[in-house]
Amino acid sequence: MTPDMQQLRQEMHDVEQAVAEAVAFAKKLGSSAVECAISRSRGINVGTRLGEVETVEFNQDGALGITLYRGQQKGSSSTTDLTPAAIRAAVEKANDIARFTSPDPYAGLAPAELMAEHIADLELCHPADQSAEFALEQALACERHALGLDPRIVNSDGASYSSHVGYRVYGNSHGFLAGYLQSRHSLSCSLIAKSGDAMQRDYSYTVARKREQLWSPEQVAQQAVAATLARLDARKLATAHVPVIFRADVANSLFGHLVGAISGGNLYRKSSFLLDHLGKQVLPSWLTIRELPHLPGALASSPFDQEGVATIERDIITDGVLQTYLTTSYSARKLGLQPTGHAGGIHTWQVSDSGVNLAQMCREMGSGLLVTELMGQGVNLLTGDYSRGAAGFWIENGEIQFPVEEITIAGNLKQMLATIVAVGNDVDLRHGVRTGSVWVDSLRLAGV
Amino acid sequence: MQSAFDQVTHNLLTQRQLGVNALQQALQQLYTGAIDFADIYLQSSVNESWVLEDGIVKDGSFHIESGLGVRAIHGEKTGFAYADDISPQALQHAAAAARGIAAAGSHGRLNAWQTPLATQRYEAVNPLQSLNEVAKIDLLRELDAYARSLDSRVVEVIASISGSYDEILVAATDGVLATDIRPLVRLNCTVLVEHNGKRERGSAGGGARVGYSYFITDLRWQEYAKEAVRQALVNLEARPAPAGTMPVVLGSGWPGVLLHEAVGHGLEGDFNRKGASAYAGKVGQMVASEHCTIVDDGTINDRRGSLTVDDEGTPAGYNVLIEKGRLVGYMQDKLNARLMGVAATGNGRRESYAQLPMPRMTNTYMLAGEHNPADIIKSVKKGIYAPHFAGGQVDITSGKFVFSASEAYLIEDGKITAPIKGATLIGNGPEAMCQVSMVGNDLALDAGVGVCGKDGQSVPVGVGQPTLKLDALTVGGTA
Repeated sequence: MTPDMQQLRQEMHDVEQAVAEAVAFAKKLGSSAVECAISRSRGINVGTRLGEVETVEFNQDGALGITLYRGQQKGSSSTTDLTPAAIRAAVEKANDIARFTSPDPYAGLAPAELMAEHIADLELCHPADQSAEFALEQALACERHALGLDPRIVNSDGASYSSHVGYRVYGNSHGFLAGYLQSRHSLSCSLIAKSGDAMQRDYSYTVARKREQLWSPEQVAQQAVAATLARLDARKLATAHVPVIFRADVANSLFGHLVGAISGGNLYRKSSFLLDHLGKQVLPSWLTIRELPHLPGALASSPFDQEGVATIERDIITDGVLQTYLTTSYSARKLGLQPTGHAGGIHTWQVSDSGVNLAQMCREMGSGLLVTELMGQGVNLLTGDYSRGAAGFWIENGEIQFPVEEITIAGNLKQMLATIVAVGNDVDLRHGVRTGSVWVDSLRLAGV
Repeated sequence: MQSAFDQVTHNLLTQRQLGVNALQQALQQLYTGAIDFADIYLQSSVNESWVLEDGIVKDGSFHIESGLGVRAIHGEKTGFAYADDISPQALQHAAAAARGIAAAGSHGRLNAWQTPLATQRYEAVNPLQSLNEVAKIDLLRELDAYARSLDSRVVEVIASISGSYDEILVAATDGVLATDIRPLVRLNCTVLVEHNGKRERGSAGGGARVGYSYFITDLRWQEYAKEAVRQALVNLEARPAPAGTMPVVLGSGWPGVLLHEAVGHGLEGDFNRKGASAYAGKVGQMVASEHCTIVDDGTINDRRGSLTVDDEGTPAGYNVLIEKGRLVGYMQDKLNARLMGVAATGNGRRESYAQLPMPRMTNTYMLAGEHNPADIIKSVKKGIYAPHFAGGQVDITSGKFVFSASEAYLIEDGKITAPIKGATLIGNGPEAMCQVSMVGNDLALDAGVGVCGKDGQSVPVGVGQPTLKLDALTVGGTA
């Protein structure tokens, strides 16, 4: 039940033909420019709970998106029905819409000279067994191991395993037409522990393009058990100003806010706290962020962006100085810049570390908060105002003392980023932003 | 005029070489001795959106989607498969895959078809056709001009209008054969204001299960523009919010997000069957102060969260969740209702044919109390008043929830004084609800903008509440 690469390639080739036909049909209808993308995936997603099968889901998803221009007027449409008749109907619909939208001088495709020329094989597709038997075995093994590790684990919210393969094809009226295959496998386990009347839930997961790179079911189980037990008997803290370490698995969210703040869409709308900061110091001078779009087999690797623009390995931040905004062709034209290959988001970011591990950072901090969970949406990218719910651990004398919950941490992102004290070498490879734990100078903690 | 049932069966079955008989055959094949329940869900939906920015309608988009999902249940096990086309072959394949979870056995007996007697909660209109393209664009242009005319500090307006039209059909081994036609529209206005180099944003909008004319009658679109500008200007003056635990007065309407997060999710049947909710096993116990009566009500005409029937064909209900502080019952879909030995409550919802149904909220709100809202403010010596929120999140197991104020004020000596910056509020569901000490007589529902996410599935919902006071809640400011 392992999908065959040869067959996937053939399917993708057929889909490339469908994209080419959609582009040709749009031109026939009078479009001056057109772009079209089709992505498809198939696989399995299973869930188990308390040793029993809970769900077996067979997934099969596909969608086509088309954007076309009549002069500077734009129309878009999408469909999940990929039959030739449905695709033609989608093109006609986009064409109809473009009759009604207003001419926008900034509308259009990305410049032809920026299209990816050589599509390197980034090793993004590694099919694996998609049988229900295999998938269930993984989830059951993980949960069984977890439930046997500690009597305080009284319940389970289940384990799940999924395995998918698919492809993405993009073409436009510059003559660009390319696609690549991809795969994704994951295993997760969510547990419930009890102490007195209070329950706590936590989880762990592993995700990779290559199944062999997943953590073992036992490792996922151990991590989930450790995380869940560590939360028991959490306390609240008194309101204070405290130094804060964001553990690696939540620290990527800080750089996620940086992504938002330097994204062309927010900049041309003057909706970012980093407006006019190109070439300026926004992070400490020892910190560099490098984007690595072509890392073989990485989850966030991609040879070209959603407009066909070649992705480029480059520094986003050098010695704390902002090197580039992240633009699409539209936001680039609005800002008078070149597109940077960020239509659809970032590719793998490598955040430089300070050569210390998390335990060393805690020791150096002495006393403060270690955040392991963030809740809510309290981030204002326009002003940088930051206020989120948090849970984690109180650190005293450089050691974890007890778990804490039901507190908030607040500050301003611009200042938080500028005053990062250290970045750990405990890098979390599961995210598009590869960073270790991040120590931020001081935040306002609200509690009792 | 064609009935909604005839229209949906024509579009989803007849036109695709399918009939009720084909559904019956597929269910009969699924319904072996080892399967307790199975259903087939067919859906066809279209939606569109138009966006104005920089004073022009830059983009319009249209999406069409149809498919079918087949589910087979054995005990707590669910087998599920779907296809993105509706055809006899797709039905066969999906049904064969879904039944894979259970061993073969003798065939069960299907119940006779029965179309649920449900009161229609909205009209079977197609919003996309309720206004022509030029009129939709004109509405956005007028909204833009109007918002800019309200205050010279408005520097940018982003306005969007969107509509969807959904036809669904569900057939199940329990004999349910139900259809629904669901319209939904939404209009939104976001403004950016600038003054002395300081920028802020305000956003407002609304929607319902109706045609687009909803926004034009009573000049609702103007109300959204006024509200967005008002909020942005308030935020321009905002000072840092306080930090710490203090009394919090929540405004009426949209702040009902509190109930959705602090109470609603924790009362969904699946979490309680599994013992994973902070409210599990607490039916009959006091879980909120005696001032709190909270309902989930899918029956209000035309509301965003309302349903004629849910995605399992169960008519939507008016379900009392908490009555005067006492937990009365949970929200259920068929699977969890059966396993818990109670009735389904009309809360079985799914984002689309490609996802499994789960117990989900519809319109969740607290009933009015007896206090004049002004008296509630007057009773607070030092605290905050929060009339508008951005959204929230909950950990249903520990009961911890957060929600983020997007408009708030200090209350000092019983008076609303300075506006403060948005801040996150955090609490524990059952504890926070026990802190509710005053409930206003001004029950209001939100304007029709709620989206609820659970397990990666989004569904439209409504919230509401009267003005209410919590004696102590942690406010995450910086001051």
